[in-house]
Amino acid sequence: MVNCSSNQNVKPVLKGVSYFLAHVPSMIRHGSKPSREIGKDPSLLKLLLDHLWIFKDAVAYPPNQVFIGNLDPDDLLHVPSPWYKNPIPNSSRWGPFGEIMPEEEFYGMIRICDEFQLLLMEEGFLQEIALKLEKHPLFTAEDIRKLDKGVSLEQIEKQLGEEGTMPIYVQGDRLVGCLQRGHEEDFNLVPEILIENLSTRASGVLALRHLLAKMGRAQEIDYLLGSGEEAVGDRYNRGGGNMAKAIGELCGCSRAGGSDVKAFCCAPVHAIVMAASLVASNIFNNVVVVAGGSFAKLGMKFQGHLRHDMPILEDVLAAIAIQVGQDDGKSPVIRLDSIGKHEIGSGSAQQAILDNLVVQPLDRLGLKLTQIDKYATEMHNPELTEPQGSGNVPRTNYRTIGSFAVMRNEIQREELDRFVEVHGMLGFSPTQGHIASAVPVLGHSARKMMAGEMENTMFLAKGSLFLGRMSQLSDGISFLLERNKGK
Amino acid sequence: MQLKGKKAIIIGERDGVQGPAIEACVRSAGAEPVMVQTQCFV
Repeated sequence: MVNCSSNQNVKPVLKGVSYFLAHVPSMIRHGSKPSREIGKDPSLLKLLLDHLWIFKDAVAYPPNQVFIGNLDPDDLLHVPSPWYKNPIPNSSRWGPFGEIMPEEEFYGMIRICDEFQLLLMEEGFLQEIALKLEKHPLFTAEDIRKLDKGVSLEQIEKQLGEEGTMPIYVQGDRLVGCLQRGHEEDFNLVPEILIENLSTRASGVLALRHLLAKMGRAQEIDYLLGSGEEAVGDRYNRGGGNMAKAIGELCGCSRAGGSDVKAFCCAPVHAIVMAASLVASNIFNNVVVVAGGSFAKLGMKFQGHLRHDMPILEDVLAAIAIQVGQDDGKSPVIRLDSIGKHEIGSGSAQQAILDNLVVQPLDRLGLKLTQIDKYATEMHNPELTEPQGSGNVPRTNYRTIGSFAVMRNEIQREELDRFVEVHGMLGFSPTQGHIASAVPVLGHSARKMMAGEMENTMFLAKGSLFLGRMSQLSDGISFLLERNKGK
Repeated sequence: MQLKGKKAIIIGERDGVQGPAIEACVRSAGAEPVMVQTQCFV
């Protein structure tokens, strides 16, 4: 429902959130870093294939169980390190926030998303997929029909002889398909880019379907905001976008409009603020922020994992869907008077960024840093980053936030570690950039607030604008989520 | 370390100390930055 004629402000709330992981170890070889390194040294491929996990390993991996809501982030404090050697017994692919899906089934959703029939799949494999997806609660008969019949392995091998065709594997090196280019001359439509976009769409669709399965009202979604890292477009409109509508189309959101928000890793939090503003201004009643996974980041730090003889843990695509709606008296409130934004003139030092995102908004609200129950910052799983020398990103951020509390005499210097312990948490998110940036905590905080176990969480996300070589600027945005105290 | 008169290649880190911040320190110590970058390692 659209209420363009009214200007009465309403309180925006977090109505629901879902998380989705696709375990795609056989796609790691096509990730940006692995494909470049294998190109330089083809012998790396065998080493990479020898260090892939099978599906049950990914399901039992403790951080993945936190991601889909079967464990709380603080439960990781009780799991011995390294987590990859300490699987959770009897773990399930299904969780209260979503699902971990095996690559065979995920290829089925990619096939459904491939409306231009660029993905050829082997007929026997497609039959295997169809049998599995018929039993999946989020797939319809129409979806199964779209899988179609497939082609012979000989046809796939013949097509791979053509320039610009990407092989598709399962179980590491079993050839089951190939992806063709979308235009003879357009390098925006080569398989390497199309697979990124198709993966983003497919994982976004599954995150949104999980959300709608809980919320139950696809027709009531007024607007979709995409916030992924893909760049959909052609030679005349690179990054043209609107992945939001492409995702909504396959989720029954036939009354929704949509557009994409671009701001590197902090795009989802920018989009949440925009969604809350659209609801508060009474323009739309229900807005969904959706983001699919980042294909390019698969195996980004695989060399560090190989060096430590670990499984290559960057083997999942992660996606989110977040519904923002009008106050229902119970869902957590997105405080629009709490928004912190990194300003162009603020400079790019960490202190300046966190001053913009944390200190200034709390000063405005008259709150101390210690009055925030938890901070949700860059939630990258340190087990993925430390082997490659990238450090423990959440801990670095929590210590910087805590140092502000020291400087403001809210805590003593020797209480800094305690501040990090109480107001922070261990990183549990796959290193999927925008997905790791604060938003994995939404579901956990909402659950605790609904149970009356938590008062508030501050969500702050940062973006690395300098990576695009257009500006040395950083970016960031924040908001406070608060327990709903009723109407 | 004496930085005065030296040329500096600066690589900062997004979640740590960023390139321009290191550049300001290096300049104030009398060195000449010839390349300044900030990397995002996640």
